[in-house]
Amino acid sequence: MSPALLAAATPTVHGHAAGWIVFLIGAGLILAGALGVIMLRNPVHCALFLVITLFGVALEFINELADFLAVVQIIVYAGAIVILFLFVIMFLGVDKKETVGKEPFRGQKPVAIALGLVSFILVMVLSQVGNWTTGAHGTSGPARHHGVENVQLLGQEIYTRYLLPFEMTSALLVIAIVAAVVLARRPHRSAGEMTKAEQEEVTSR
Amino acid sequence: MSVPSAWYLVLAAVLFGLGSTGLLLRRNVLVMFMCIELMLNAVNLTFVTFSRTLNDIGGQAAVFFVLVVAAAEVVVGLGIIVAIFRRRSGATADDVHILKG
Repeated sequence: MSPALLAAATPTVHGHAAGWIVFLIGAGLILAGALGVIMLRNPVHCALFLVITLFGVALEFINELADFLAVVQIIVYAGAIVILFLFVIMFLGVDKKETVGKEPFRGQKPVAIALGLVSFILVMVLSQVGNWTTGAHGTSGPARHHGVENVQLLGQEIYTRYLLPFEMTSALLVIAIVAAVVLARRPHRSAGEMTKAEQEEVTSR
Repeated sequence: MSVPSAWYLVLAAVLFGLGSTGLLLRRNVLVMFMCIELMLNAVNLTFVTFSRTLNDIGGQAAVFFVLVVAAAEVVVGLGIIVAIFRRRSGATADDVHILKG
């Protein structure tokens, strides 16, 4: 049994305070990271602040007793996806500041901030008006069971009830890999055709 | 249950709002992609919160699938970005307003 599960099984004043402390630290990391992503001009800095946000979300997952997802969050998001982002940034050589020059849309910034606020307010309104719980029992298994690990409960669910979606995600990943290879491959050159660099070299002679 | 689920839901809503703001605000395609990841994470946080509140593992299974789909989406999206950058050296979304080679 994980420590987090034990703490939930025996609620104490101590565990109560610890939950709040972890929540507040995670919330601070999430908000700081998100603000960094949307405000910094250098894409590399944005990617590094994205890691901070993802780490904060992993902390909140631990606080909500989703141990397995917290670990996967770190490994897949911070370990694979952000690395992929950084790899593409370095590969393309765009790790310089966004051009501040002429704005294609006048007043893009205030409109964007206003629409972002609208989306936040709409989510809040939706959470107030929606009937989220009907009182019916869930058809999936419980998220907490005495003496059973979170990984075991999640694994049992994925390999039984969600087996078909699980198989379909594997197909999706194969399709994504093939698509990435096709997209990133250099197009075939026909015989005698020169690349742009070769043309420039010839003309500069 | 230490922290009430409403706090998590508000935090997720704020994160979603920040992500959507960034998506509208930024013109660098890569940073726009990162903002989509922020919004996905906000939704994941909501899923896990309801999974805890309703004591139902289905929410966590949904997050698992969202992770896989996000990975596939990033792979294809970055592939498209690399293909665009190979044709033209523009770093902003406005440079591809004409879908022509």
